Amino acid sequence: MTNIIDIRSLTKTYWRGGEAIHVLSGIHLTIRDGGYVALMGPSGSGKTTLLNMIGGLDKPSKGSVEVCGVEIGQLKGSALAKWRSHNIGFVFQFYNLMDVLTAQRNVELPLLLTKLSRKERRERALTALEIVGLADRAKHKPAELSGGQLQRVAIARALVADQRILVCDEPTGDLDRTAANQILDLLEILNSRHGKTIVMVTHDPEAAKHAHECLHLDKGRLTREAA
Amino acid sequence: MTSFGFLLANLGRKPVRTWLTFFCIIVCFLLFGLLRSVGTAFTAPPNLSGVERLVVSPKYSIIDPLPISHMRQVRSVPGVEAAAHADWFGGNYLDLGLAFPTIPVKPMEYFDLYSEYQIPQAQLEAFENTRTGAVASRGTAERFDWRIGDVIPIVADIYPKMDGSLLWEFELVGIYDRPDQTSGNFEDFYIHYDYFEEAKQHSKGMIGWIAVRVENPDAAAEVASAIDARFENSRDPTRTMTENEYNAQFAQQIGNIGLMVTMILAAVFFSILLLVSNTMFQAFRERLRDLGVLKALGFSDGQVARMIIYEALILTLGGGVVGLLLCYGLLIMVSPILQIYGTFTLDALSLALGLATALVLGVVVSAVPAIRARSAPVVEVLRARA
Repeated sequence: MTNIIDIRSLTKTYWRGGEAIHVLSGIHLTIRDGGYVALMGPSGSGKTTLLNMIGGLDKPSKGSVEVCGVEIGQLKGSALAKWRSHNIGFVFQFYNLMDVLTAQRNVELPLLLTKLSRKERRERALTALEIVGLADRAKHKPAELSGGQLQRVAIARALVADQRILVCDEPTGDLDRTAANQILDLLEILNSRHGKTIVMVTHDPEAAKHAHECLHLDKGRLTREAA
Repeated sequence: MTSFGFLLANLGRKPVRTWLTFFCIIVCFLLFGLLRSVGTAFTAPPNLSGVERLVVSPKYSIIDPLPISHMRQVRSVPGVEAAAHADWFGGNYLDLGLAFPTIPVKPMEYFDLYSEYQIPQAQLEAFENTRTGAVASRGTAERFDWRIGDVIPIVADIYPKMDGSLLWEFELVGIYDRPDQTSGNFEDFYIHYDYFEEAKQHSKGMIGWIAVRVENPDAAAEVASAIDARFENSRDPTRTMTENEYNAQFAQQIGNIGLMVTMILAAVFFSILLLVSNTMFQAFRERLRDLGVLKALGFSDGQVARMIIYEALILTLGGGVVGLLLCYGLLIMVSPILQIYGTFTLDALSLALGLATALVLGVVVSAVPAIRARSAPVVEVLRARA
């Protein structure tokens, strides 16, 4: 199976008041297409920064980040945004849904960037909601849904444009155990049945058990890799 | 959902605030349209074509007097069918600051010229034959509960009597109606010129203006030119105009209406600019997280910035269109009331100017939020939320 993510000698340095803060140092990482990887580590270890690099939200200070065959450090502005919309689906800890839109319309949002007709967009959004088991809540607004349901809607939004990679930042961090397990089961299904590559940052060892691989980051270094 | 639907949904995030802002913009453009129509009415060039009656007034200021000898010369101008002079008496009723236009006229010639005024023949003859006589509009008579035979005391502020007294007393001998007057507040109070001329202390032999009826309304412009040409080199040159223009000049005595309108408009728009800018900024700050999410989903920096501008344009253009339409409707209703001052309407230029202003307003108020939204790093925006 081919590698969908290939990171070489990745270094990320932030500058704060003239002081260099090395968030990531010399990261080498490959993730195969269809893989399911959990990223663990203490706060400030660089997990989210690494996730942002993979998702094309941030750029490396040094090294290369090749995702879906594209060196994303070379992409700029709208080209990078377009690449993101085609390849990456984001799932955030706090769902980040639009309060003013129904579940269906939240899921439709990424499709506004496509050339699909209004009807096609609606149908695809409903299909995505069906996959996450929330078709009956399509007309509900976020305020009318539970935490677990909100995260399901967010996952539907992340896969509606048929993105190849789901980048999940603490997807169960705001949920109780039951809801968290349901979300993790859903991610597992998306990985095993729909072939989505999943990279998930988590503090939760139970969540990490669902992944094929568990990577540990500490002080910006990938210190241990476990099967 | 369409992109437009998404914009509307965003505007509905704080519906009360959005509606209040929208209402504010509507009022702003309603005011804009009304003030523009006032400005246009008071500054529009006169259209003499088809006008039956003209007013000959002093060339440089309507408060200058004209010699009564002008009457004879005006009457001799080809195309002039009839003429009648009048003046502005001023004064206050009952010394209470109650003022209405008190105008000395030659009864027969004036009411002949203004034949639409309806007054019983006996009352008109009484006015002609009573040197201290006066006639009032029905509105004025009803306002003060006057009856025929009442003595109306007027305290002069321009014309003292020969003995220095400011108190003039007139006997009400008639009440007239003016069916074409739609405002219902037409208050002209006519006094006898002969008595006024004889009793006033100064400005003997002088009059305020001359009303002229032309033989052929289509030739009104030529007649007006001929009258003015007649007095071009005299000590008292004239300017002949339509009645509406003359009335507008009267109103302009309170100041440069065009300038006032412009200043009011500028003040209104500056206030609206601050208000809407503040609203846009507030909305932008509240939505920073959502804008970051949109960028993460694949919306480009430019698309996010344009979205903010479009939202502002929906508010300003929408409000502008509604405000201008309201103004248009309102002007249709009130223009008959104001017709003595000119034509009050929302012309195409004002409409275009209003829409252009709404467009510019939308772009200006959204410019800074749009620039900030464009440049906001998505990682920092998302981190700020967490």
